[in-house]
Amino acid sequence: MSEHHIVSPKIYIAIFFALMVCTLLTVYAATVDLNQYFSGLNIIVALVIATFKASLVVLFFMHGKYSPKRTQLVIICSVFWLAIMLFMTMSDYVTRLWS
Amino acid sequence: MHRTGELFGQFETMDQQRESASLGMWVFLSTEVLFFGGMFMTYTLNRSTYPDVFGEASRSINLPLGAVNTIVLIASSLTMAMSVWASQVGKKQLLTIFLILTLILGSVFLGIKGIEYHEKFVEHHVPGLNFSFEPGASVATNAHAQLFFSLYFAMTGLHALHMIVGAGLLIWLIKQSLKGRFTPEYSTPVDLIGLYWHFVDIVWIFLFPLLYLIDRH
Amino acid sequence: MSTTPAAIPSATPGNTLPREHYLNATYGIRSWLLTTDHKRIALLYLVSVTFFFFIGGAFATMIRIHLLTPNGYLVTAETYNKLFTMHGVAMIFFFLIPSIPAVLGNFLIPLMIGAKDLAFPKINLLSWYIYLVGGGFVLYSFSTGGLDTGWTFYTPLSSVYSNSAVTPAVIGVFINGFSSILTGLNFIVTIHTMRAPGMTWFRLPLFVWAHYATSIIFILGTPVIAITLLLAGLERMLHLGFFNPALGGDPILFQHLFWFYSHPAVYIMILPAMGVISEIIPTFARKPIFGYTFIAGSSIAIAVIGFFVWAHHMFLTGESAYAALTFSLLSYLVAIPSAVKVFNWTSTLYKGSISWDTPMLYALGFIGLFLVGGLTGLFLACLGLDIHIHDTYFVVAHFHYIMVGGAVMGYVGGLHFWWPKITGRLYPEFLARIAAVTLFIGFNLTFFPQFILGYLGMPRRYHSYPPEFQVFNVMSTAGASILALGYLLPMIYLIWSMRYGRVAGRNPWPATGLEWQTDSPPLTENFDVTPEVTWEAYDFVNRPDLGLDVKGAPSLAPAHGDD
Repeated sequence: MSEHHIVSPKIYIAIFFALMVCTLLTVYAATVDLNQYFSGLNIIVALVIATFKASLVVLFFMHGKYSPKRTQLVIICSVFWLAIMLFMTMSDYVTRLWS
Repeated sequence: MHRTGELFGQFETMDQQRESASLGMWVFLSTEVLFFGGMFMTYTLNRSTYPDVFGEASRSINLPLGAVNTIVLIASSLTMAMSVWASQVGKKQLLTIFLILTLILGSVFLGIKGIEYHEKFVEHHVPGLNFSFEPGASVATNAHAQLFFSLYFAMTGLHALHMIVGAGLLIWLIKQSLKGRFTPEYSTPVDLIGLYWHFVDIVWIFLFPLLYLIDRH
Repeated sequence: MSTTPAAIPSATPGNTLPREHYLNATYGIRSWLLTTDHKRIALLYLVSVTFFFFIGGAFATMIRIHLLTPNGYLVTAETYNKLFTMHGVAMIFFFLIPSIPAVLGNFLIPLMIGAKDLAFPKINLLSWYIYLVGGGFVLYSFSTGGLDTGWTFYTPLSSVYSNSAVTPAVIGVFINGFSSILTGLNFIVTIHTMRAPGMTWFRLPLFVWAHYATSIIFILGTPVIAITLLLAGLERMLHLGFFNPALGGDPILFQHLFWFYSHPAVYIMILPAMGVISEIIPTFARKPIFGYTFIAGSSIAIAVIGFFVWAHHMFLTGESAYAALTFSLLSYLVAIPSAVKVFNWTSTLYKGSISWDTPMLYALGFIGLFLVGGLTGLFLACLGLDIHIHDTYFVVAHFHYIMVGGAVMGYVGGLHFWWPKITGRLYPEFLARIAAVTLFIGFNLTFFPQFILGYLGMPRRYHSYPPEFQVFNVMSTAGASILALGYLLPMIYLIWSMRYGRVAGRNPWPATGLEWQTDSPPLTENFDVTPEVTWEAYDFVNRPDLGLDVKGAPSLAPAHGDD
């Protein structure tokens, strides 16, 4: 954080441009019917791009890459816990018609 | 009110104080992940149950404005990150400028959001206020569309509330920065509010495709 | 090897209280209401949680009196619904969840790790005020129509059909959640960054480990119930449809979101109590705790695995068979770390030098009652069996064994154990032992018959029951009056002891934690010199300062006599 590692503005600007590209990409991808190739591909692509963008923000803008291990643990745990809620709840609905 | 930059009594060293502040903000942000997460869960279930109506409802919200807002918010994250950098290298004037730019961009975001909300209000797409998605459609379709719009307003509303709080924090930060309070040795408030601001950006990074880009083909 | 702390005198009668300490450092109501001293904030919480305990207890009293007769002449069915709901809301959100963390955790964690205060003292005070505001909304709800939805707020009853004061109650619980979140945040940061030099993770008292694990649940679970209640409240106020099937919503979604927090919440209620037990048992067995690492690890394991089992509350409400299977299996898994703790506590007792002081009585009672409560949880986790005992008094008995027989006994035992540190005085030991035994007897008489009632088929949340169940209900109510006595006695003599109790000295038991090296009561800043820790936790052997002989048996007379 402000402790010791200073990230150069060049990196910030590069990340910004990457985020811009990803934004345009995700808007474009939404206009193409990807679901014809694989059911749900549109949402998968959208989420992959969003996750990538979020990772760039966490790693570089929020200095996640340069943070102490306990900070990285906090980040991983919050994502993991959100995943527990989403996946295990949906596992109920997805399996409703199995029997 | 105390001056910023002094060692608080419960801490032994400035390093310990700084580490605690940073960890505290990250832990707070993890609570926010789960807080928004509950709504993302509700969204996930409802979209998977009513994919067609959600697609239709999504097409009725303003994609160009949403896309512009995404760009504006990401740009504000850039200026926020630049202000952290400026504080770290002691460039106090640049720090103030970047903070002001962040506030301006954040305000533009909120302004555009206001325009979008107004649009929805005029079209009777606000649940609880004479909601009517498609007058000719079935009761079920209107009910399911109302679900989409309830989530739209709840999620973007909560997000906007966080932006407003962020804007308030930025105003305080700008005032402190104008007084020259932040140095390379002490810029904890800039760092912490920066983390908060980036988090609010991340929420939007997910809200945008999930609300605006459901079915645009 | 480890060096040892400087010798300090144990308590002998005739010692006086330290001249200056946190209670007399400043005077006046403002110095209490605007304090940032974690010890004073702990006492503010002690008063407020005790208040809500009375509120919840009042409702419990009315429930038990009403259930003396099968047809229930005391209140109407609608009022009965309000009684059990308000009992649950008051007890769970405003007593059980805050009790040990906000009272004992706040008081002890900085002392145990060698810090001057928590990381964020002002946020600590804010937590208390948020608790009061949340409590205010809930009390407003209770007094303007009450609440009849069950503490579980299931939709669409709560969000659409109930005519009770749901909205202020939901707002109150929502606000109170932030009190929990801020406390958990404070604890996590404090334990990470403010340990004294030499206080490594594996020298921490297990009480601290327990609160760290609890704080993980505070942080990651509470926000989910916050947003869920917010959505349910919005649904009620604006007629939205998230959880209302008539509008395309899903009540089961509410249950998923609600229990995602509320199941880990029960671990919030029990983990701190387990931490208390882990402090009491070694002290009164005069032995290091058996399996320190496993107890520490099992606390974390319970906190983590506890997040994977929530839908065992929904076996009969409509979830898929496959989800039910998964959650049932995981529920059996979460019992394992709890069992590890029970084995380790018992092993600590083996060949220990046991003394029967009051805290030890509570701890031993805890082990037995938690065992029953925990094992009956496994009965409920078994899918086939749950079909018969779900929503019966079997469930009610199960959770009261854990929450009252477990958590409350841990809380009361902890209050007794640390009372000398908090107040500088000893409670009257003989009377306290009588109260502990009274509580134990009253508790079992109240709740054991409820296992039988549940097994025989009496449903919970019903205001009337078939006449053949009356004898067990009468036993339960009789037990409840004895239980009430068991709670009232400590309230009376603990308050009495603050003025008339024998002066305790620094370490009356003696125990090994860092908190016992401070004055009783401690200075506002806890330590005049930051301690440097060079000894392991629960090390009775290498601590000549405790006044024990080298094998760990006491060489001094016990600190207290019969008062």
